[in-house]
Amino acid sequence: MSDILTPTEEALAEAPPPTRGGGALRYLLTKAGGGLVSLVLVIVLGFLLFRVLPGDPVLTMTRGRPASKEQIAELEAQLGLDKPLIAQFFDYLWRLLQGDLGESYVFRVPVTQKIMERLGPTLLLVGTATLIAVALGLWLGTRSAWRRDSRFDKVSTSVALALWSTPTFFLGLLLMAATSGWFPTAGMVNSDTPPDFFSQAVDVAHHMVLPTITLVAVVYAQYQLVMRSSLLEEMGADYLTTARAKGLRDAMVRRRHAVPNALLPTVTLVFLHMGFVVAGAITTETVFSWPGLGLLTYDALEKRDLPLLTGTFIVLAGAVIVMNVLADMLYRVLDPRVRAS
Amino acid sequence: MRSRRVALGITVLVSALVTVPVGVPAGASTQPAVRAEAANQTQILRVGVTQEIDSLNPFISITRTGTDILRTAFDFLTVYSQEDMSPVPALAESWETSEDKLTWTFKIREGMTWSDGQPITAEDPAFTYNLMLENEVARTANGSYVEQFESVEATDEYTLVIKTKVPQATMTALDIPVVPEHVWSTMSDVGAEPEMPMVGSGPYTITEFEEAQYTKMKANPDYWRGAPKIDEVHFIYYRNADAAVQGLQNGDVDVVNRLNPTQYDALKSDPNIELVQAQGRRFNEILINPGAATEDGKPIGSGNPALKDIKLRQAIATAIDSQTLVDKVWGGYAEPAAGYLPPIFSDFAWSPGDDVKREFDLDEANRMLDEAGYEMGPNGVRLDKQGKPLNLRLLAHAGTNIDENGGPYIVGWLKEIGINVTLEPVSDTQVNEDTTRGDFDLAFSGWNANPDPDFVLSLQTCANRPNAQGKGGTPDSFLCDEEYDRLYAEQLQELDRDKRVDLVKQMQEVLYDRATMVILGYDNVLEAYRKDAWEGFPLQPADSGVIMNQQGYWGYYGATPAGEGPVPTFDENGMMVSDSSGASDTDTTNAAGEDGGNTGLVLAIIGGVVVVLLVGGFLFARGRRRTADDRE
Repeated sequence: MSDILTPTEEALAEAPPPTRGGGALRYLLTKAGGGLVSLVLVIVLGFLLFRVLPGDPVLTMTRGRPASKEQIAELEAQLGLDKPLIAQFFDYLWRLLQGDLGESYVFRVPVTQKIMERLGPTLLLVGTATLIAVALGLWLGTRSAWRRDSRFDKVSTSVALALWSTPTFFLGLLLMAATSGWFPTAGMVNSDTPPDFFSQAVDVAHHMVLPTITLVAVVYAQYQLVMRSSLLEEMGADYLTTARAKGLRDAMVRRRHAVPNALLPTVTLVFLHMGFVVAGAITTETVFSWPGLGLLTYDALEKRDLPLLTGTFIVLAGAVIVMNVLADMLYRVLDPRVRAS
Repeated sequence: MRSRRVALGITVLVSALVTVPVGVPAGASTQPAVRAEAANQTQILRVGVTQEIDSLNPFISITRTGTDILRTAFDFLTVYSQEDMSPVPALAESWETSEDKLTWTFKIREGMTWSDGQPITAEDPAFTYNLMLENEVARTANGSYVEQFESVEATDEYTLVIKTKVPQATMTALDIPVVPEHVWSTMSDVGAEPEMPMVGSGPYTITEFEEAQYTKMKANPDYWRGAPKIDEVHFIYYRNADAAVQGLQNGDVDVVNRLNPTQYDALKSDPNIELVQAQGRRFNEILINPGAATEDGKPIGSGNPALKDIKLRQAIATAIDSQTLVDKVWGGYAEPAAGYLPPIFSDFAWSPGDDVKREFDLDEANRMLDEAGYEMGPNGVRLDKQGKPLNLRLLAHAGTNIDENGGPYIVGWLKEIGINVTLEPVSDTQVNEDTTRGDFDLAFSGWNANPDPDFVLSLQTCANRPNAQGKGGTPDSFLCDEEYDRLYAEQLQELDRDKRVDLVKQMQEVLYDRATMVILGYDNVLEAYRKDAWEGFPLQPADSGVIMNQQGYWGYYGATPAGEGPVPTFDENGMMVSDSSGASDTDTTNAAGEDGGNTGLVLAIIGGVVVVLLVGGFLFARGRRRTADDRE
């Protein structure tokens, strides 16, 4: 997860472009244009990346079962793999322009359909977990910074760091074993739950408990640490002394003056993370067999399902790019210093 | 004030998010816990599967799990017996072959119906096979079976005539699910996902499929062999095998397979679990590159030319100890090497007689190499005929038990006989590509053999080498041996089973002698089921076989709940022998299951309460702290 911190820091370090009158639109266009360029790169890369990987999809599909040469040739023709790479690329571009991501080799259905099917479960699980993690992280981070070096600070920071460093699959299996029998071990809903909405919703919630706890435990630390350190930076600031001098209560000083200023980096981080929310949490989804996008990506990689891999790659990378652009915009709204220069 | 409102909002949001999933267990746990059998007598077999279903279209599905389900939903012309996997009648009750062995006449059983009540006639298999002949999409999964078909015709309602281009011994082993013509002839796209519920002819029909979650099957009351004892089979998808084992222990699923030795051993102490150690269909081998070439004999790849010498290959084979690998690498859950075909196929399996057998013997291997003229060079590495030291690469699948853990043993043994081997663990696909291109000296490999050995035997023929582009074909050891190819062609046309078995054994002897591959052993398949809920399942083969992934449907078909009498077996015609109908039909409610259910419910409630308390405590602490802050 630590890699995720870097783009934020970079984004923060980058000086906002100097803007003159009508700079808002220009700023917006620059950022959107940058996003667009990235997206085009992603589209090209998405095609090339998975095709330079070793592994012939047809060989992988036919390995270990009766398949004659004729059948292999037939499969290649069916999947369009007998054409030269460049022709395949233009096929792919042309279809992509029409919003078609191609057809999965393994499932034999349109990739778009497959992704849409899996998007819901992922957004539900990772969205919920992110909201909880953000709330928990911000609250703990604020408290530990305000009472720096208190027992609370020491304990909560070490717990957060310990959980952050725990391998996700290990934590997931541990939770599963520790709560043996309390929660379901796989999927989103039981196969024999009545089809009415209430029973289904209740069952889904029941299935969500363990994966949500796992996800929250592993990611909340970064929100806490960023919040803590940015609040610490504000702690010595003159305006806080001024606020105190005005006779404001300590809690008021924190809430009204320190926290809003310290929130800036954290909010950016949260937004950047929203992009990764779509990517799901591959490990968590794998441990709990949660039928989301992360699981789909993992399976597609294993089976060399190139169109599906490319499709998920574009969607996941696209989400990150869009959120990045949004974070840039939001940063401008939040921080007057970006606007005025 | 705004910030306070925001804080309040966040608090409410968090508590809502936390309590929603948490408040649930109390209510929700009634579903998994108190099992349906108590409620309305629906008996469900829950099967934990660790592989995703690619498709439930019988023409498309190629995965283990997909075909396992489809085999249970669609019957075949003939099926492999439960007893020993020899072909037995299914939809076809009898068959005969013409003089020239090119025309097969199958007599279709009368009086069978599809699950929607329509009669099953010869038109259905004729439609299925013809569709495959005409439509390449329909050939996706099982195309190789119809490759040699000349024509298929239903001459009357119950007679199916298949003409083949060449005589084919595999005609009673057509692993093609037969689909109903009246449903499939109206489908515009044969490759599309079929509609639910699917009309089938097997012991169960597929009624519901939830992507990456579960597949439900309902018993087919009109199944021509008789209705199954239970009502439903649910296949529940686990992406993680450890979670599946946990699910078995919790009672979320009733049976799981493909356990690793660690998981298997851990389950030994669970009193509710019955373990099944079955013979596997897989053989594991080391390929020795005898000089890879394309189908027209053009050399390809980068194999060490010294390995073209059969003496060197035989010495290497002598220096590999299968028993040690079985004990140390497979933890005893495997069988030591014999012939090319695994011992589970008891009739085709061959083991070397005393006159040809190579016992593991490093001294003997050293002597063989001395005799063949491989002189010992400096550093204890022998020199090849050109005077270069014998350095070999051993290609291994990273993350695979036998490759990673067996590799060092093999490196060690070969070092003892003066051959320097470097273990190269790479991804599975990399191994496949490198071996296909002939870019290897030694490589781990292995195949799952089918009851009809034709396919694995074909792997070692000259014709199976790749074409000039290095594509097509799935070469295994790049053997190209005249005698072997002659025997291969002969067995394929031999319709007398005993004679064919004899030919297949001769082929294995040839393979053993040529030593282009060394069989390492056959790993067991480890399965487990809840014995508190299930009496048992018919295994295939009957004495040492598996429950799941059978070459047929016996395991699921004959699933017997606890207290409902003996597990059935099926005779040589595939008919149920020990039918327990009427025997001990006293309504034995599954005590253990219900116990587990109540405990689960109680625990779930406790869990819910604990979390609610925690959240409450958190909110309370927050409130108190705020007042404390305010006081400051």
